[in-house]
Amino acid sequence: MELAYSILVQPFADMVGAPDFLIQVVWEGLVSGVLYALIALGFVLIYKSSRIFNFAQGIMVVFAALTLVGLHERGVPALLALPLTLLVMLALAVAIERVVLRPLVNQPDIILFMATIGITLFLVGFGELIFGGENKRMITSELGIPTGSFEFEPFGGFVSIEQGDVTTVVGAIVLVVALLAFLNRSKMGRAIRALGDDHQAALSVGISLSTIWVLVWFIAGVIALATGIVWGARAGVSFALEVIAYKALPVLMLGGLESVTGAIVGGLMIGILEKLFEIYWGQPLLGGNTEAWFAYMLALLVLLFRPQGLFGEKIIERV
Amino acid sequence: MTAPAATPAPQPADAILAVNNIEVIYDHVILVLKGVSLAVPRGGIVALLGANGAGKTTTLKAISNLLRAERGEVTKGSIMFEGERVEALSPNELVRRGCIQVMEGRHCFGHLTVEDNLLSGAFTRRDAKAAIRADLEMVYSYFPRLRERRGSQAGYTSGGEQQMTAIGRALMSRPKMILLDEPSMGLAPQLVEEIFEIVKKLNEEQGVSFLLAEQNTNVALRYARYGYILESGRVVLDGEASALRENEDVKEFYLGVGGEGRKSFRDVKHYKRRKRWLS
Repeated sequence: MELAYSILVQPFADMVGAPDFLIQVVWEGLVSGVLYALIALGFVLIYKSSRIFNFAQGIMVVFAALTLVGLHERGVPALLALPLTLLVMLALAVAIERVVLRPLVNQPDIILFMATIGITLFLVGFGELIFGGENKRMITSELGIPTGSFEFEPFGGFVSIEQGDVTTVVGAIVLVVALLAFLNRSKMGRAIRALGDDHQAALSVGISLSTIWVLVWFIAGVIALATGIVWGARAGVSFALEVIAYKALPVLMLGGLESVTGAIVGGLMIGILEKLFEIYWGQPLLGGNTEAWFAYMLALLVLLFRPQGLFGEKIIERV
Repeated sequence: MTAPAATPAPQPADAILAVNNIEVIYDHVILVLKGVSLAVPRGGIVALLGANGAGKTTTLKAISNLLRAERGEVTKGSIMFEGERVEALSPNELVRRGCIQVMEGRHCFGHLTVEDNLLSGAFTRRDAKAAIRADLEMVYSYFPRLRERRGSQAGYTSGGEQQMTAIGRALMSRPKMILLDEPSMGLAPQLVEEIFEIVKKLNEEQGVSFLLAEQNTNVALRYARYGYILESGRVVLDGEASALRENEDVKEFYLGVGGEGRKSFRDVKHYKRRKRWLS
């Protein structure tokens, strides 16, 4: 009885009792959520256009952040290092298309998946060789990202919102909106969607696989850089950053590997739910640290009932 | 038997497409085409006929080079499009040069709208948006039904509408030649007629040459001017469409008429397998 009360009633009573704290928790969940959503988008784009599950997405985050910080360490001004890093990510996309994807085209999916593991290992070694493996500080202030915090006092309580987080959320929204506009309005975006729908047909109308692949891997690179900056600002730039990509896996299970909307909604959902669960159920009842597994449990539950994910593309079939 | 009328196959000189004795192998081991030769004159409609598995689709894919995506390759012979060898070109480059395939089974982009499907056909074009818009209008004027369905997801449209979408999408690339694979598949006879009428109109008004692979020999031979009949990877018969329609063997095996008086299997298939040109 008491247990049921502490699971079913107490947390909600706490939420209502201290709405200011609830806002704080939801906000923090939202910030992680947009990051998960971004990373998941990187996965989705690559998967849609080439049926490759990109294992290297995580290491691309590290590599992008390392390049940015490493360039700055070597005396490149921060605002110049940013476009230079983008160039490096573009070069990486071209190289991956030339060296890995093109020769392996038409091979079974699992071989391409293994190839992305190869890319991961290569980037680990290459990044360490050039920039060293020690933990570095992200050049947050040099990039002009504000560090202070906004403070509110809603409902007679107290909410503190870091300006860096606001920048993150705004930046992520801008990125996502730009990406959606690109996918839905531009010729290349249309080609990416077409390729996702029917590979053979896309080839037959003359859509160039190489161009599209370079493009989606570059977009994944840009996303990696954005997440690398934000996550690096919180946790420092090191190879441990890679784990953020694995946080995107439950998002993909939840949202479906092929759905752009799924990636966004799934990311936000997982970000917010895992924070709420941690604060209101995890800490009082389970001794905390539930964020490490909550997302996977949630994804597992969803998979049991909807194997294609919440937003997996409906298979249109006509007989 | 009556031999097909003595019109020689169009010579490569006036042909927009000439396939010379090609051999196609899948997965390095399976020989599918054993020396196929054919030619399509500029502005012509040529039918490629034959039963299931005769090699029609493979021939078209060898020309459009979609074969490589299925681990097939042309191991012998040559394919000339507008006088240049094209076996090594990517589909992208071929479409750019004006040769595009409409695949069997339509293959529309199911989650894209009909209009997006059509626009995706203009991928290889570098000209102004206005020209592409104008061509979109042109496609809608040939297929008024597509204009009504422009906003619906292609996957939810009917088979006929999907076939129209697929042909319209190919038109958006401004092709000189369309390789049309089984346009009649799964369509009601009336719709088949409608599609072929449009093919004829496109051929006359836009000057697009067509190579159509069909199992529906009857319809194909009414619209095409020349025909080739494939059997297990070889051209066994070719000739003017009118001559093929009168051929006893074609009548019996492909049109399902005639052949009275033939009772013994020994008498069947007495036409010579013609070896063409080389080898």
